[in-house]
Amino acid sequence: MSAVMITRKVTRKWEKLPGKNTFCCDGRVMMARQKGVFYLTLFLIVGTCSLFFAFECPYLAVHLSPAIPVFAVLLFVFVVAMLLRTSFSDPGVLPRALPEEANFIEMEIEAANGNVMAGQRPPPRIKNVQINNQIVKLKYCYTCKIFRPPRASHCSICDNCVDRFDHHCPWVGNCVGKRNYRYFYLFTLSLSLLTIYIFAFNIVHVVLRSVDSGFMNTLKETPGTVLEVLVCFFTLWSVVGLTGFHTYLISLNQTTNEDIKGSWSGKNRVQNPYSHKNFIKNCCEVLCGPTYPSVLDRRGVMLEDSTRPTPSDASAASTYKSTNPVSQTTKSSAPLIPNEHTPEEAKPSIGAGTQKSTSSPKEEKPPSPTSPNAVAPAVIKESAH
Amino acid sequence: MYLVSAFHNLQELRHSASLANKVFIQRDYTDGTVCKFQTKFPSELDSRIERTLFEDTVKTLNNYYAEAEKIGGQSYLEGCLACLTVYLIFLCIETRYEKVLKKISRYIQEQNEKVYAPRGLLITDPIERGMRVIEISVYEDRGSSGSSSGSSTTSSSGR
Repeated sequence: MSAVMITRKVTRKWEKLPGKNTFCCDGRVMMARQKGVFYLTLFLIVGTCSLFFAFECPYLAVHLSPAIPVFAVLLFVFVVAMLLRTSFSDPGVLPRALPEEANFIEMEIEAANGNVMAGQRPPPRIKNVQINNQIVKLKYCYTCKIFRPPRASHCSICDNCVDRFDHHCPWVGNCVGKRNYRYFYLFTLSLSLLTIYIFAFNIVHVVLRSVDSGFMNTLKETPGTVLEVLVCFFTLWSVVGLTGFHTYLISLNQTTNEDIKGSWSGKNRVQNPYSHKNFIKNCCEVLCGPTYPSVLDRRGVMLEDSTRPTPSDASAASTYKSTNPVSQTTKSSAPLIPNEHTPEEAKPSIGAGTQKSTSSPKEEKPPSPTSPNAVAPAVIKESAH
Repeated sequence: MYLVSAFHNLQELRHSASLANKVFIQRDYTDGTVCKFQTKFPSELDSRIERTLFEDTVKTLNNYYAEAEKIGGQSYLEGCLACLTVYLIFLCIETRYEKVLKKISRYIQEQNEKVYAPRGLLITDPIERGMRVIEISVYEDRGSSGSSSGSSTTSSSGR
């Protein structure tokens, strides 16, 4: 064994994660790259509530009830907490396959496809699985080199496969997936309540004050009211509508992605195999289900060849994996089909994607239009020898 | 009877064996998106371990994951309590899933020590592979003598 050096600065796994996420607080916080709209969301919420606390609350606390500002504070704290929780957590990113796993899958695909005749394109990489007596197709992800689990989808903005992918929300600056969907829903729900609350009490406040001082004087005394009413009015329509839409999705146990693609609609299509056909059960599963762990291990320490493996709480197996160099005698004679969907290719779609407005679903622009043609020559070339 | 020699100790396994192959046990989606692995016995392990031992390991793991993901009284309680405390309670207590994951980790380590390492195999915890696969590394004895690898396979094919 050569002499080992212990480097002072540990490299954590988040620093080497592929994908287009940004990490903060040494890997504790995980977000998408474009955070501008998220800051806007935060500013709007904090700003509007500050105006409410400054202008309306003193008056209402005295003239109506002190419970009004108290409840507003609680609601505000809940909204911000849910927003931060949605934005900062791992939505359920699936790590990319390590080379051995990718090779293993390639070999399985080759075995399933048999010999591809020259000039023919290979069949699309799809696996059929039976879920609750329905046939569901699992697609192969060329970027992550895995067959996506059911309900997973690849987000082109974050360049990750996300489990139970709902959509990429620029307002929260993150994908919404299995792990943070309930926080996202509670955020929209509580924000709806907060917006309605502030809007209602603004009206009450203006009415009460106008009785005493007149309408124009009221607006002069509390200029913040106008701004608040404007923000609340526009927010109401969008957020309440969004909450209603997600309530509908939850009751059917569907994701936005499935709804947009029409996966379970239509007579000839498969019926949703994940729905319990019971509104209550579906809601309970989505909102009160178990809290799934992150499989990314962002704060795990990278075990590099030059450092002594630091003991982590993983099992002994992980220390073995680390000390075995990757260049092992894995019996793979099947050539690996190169990944034609490189991150550079994805850039134009990201540029176009961020211009889109509120919470429109984003997923990997499927490489299928071009990939079979790109793949076929590569496969033929490789199998020729 | 299996030859239990240099593979007894996991440390010795690392020093004396080289990685020959990796077998990946895939997920079983027939019951939906719950975490469950296929119990189909891979042909690459045919000569290395008994079918029943392998199936027992996978079934036990599946039971653990089912326990972690069970939607019932306890998960509702945990969910509601967490929501009321704005999820700050998770700074203090562990979620049920995390508790079960620790149990799984201990179980895998125990299985590696008792069952798999003596047969030159090593199971990797699925959580380290994104809960997608159970990776089983197949080691072959580098062999202090030239015939030792041959002898280990012949002795293991005895049963």
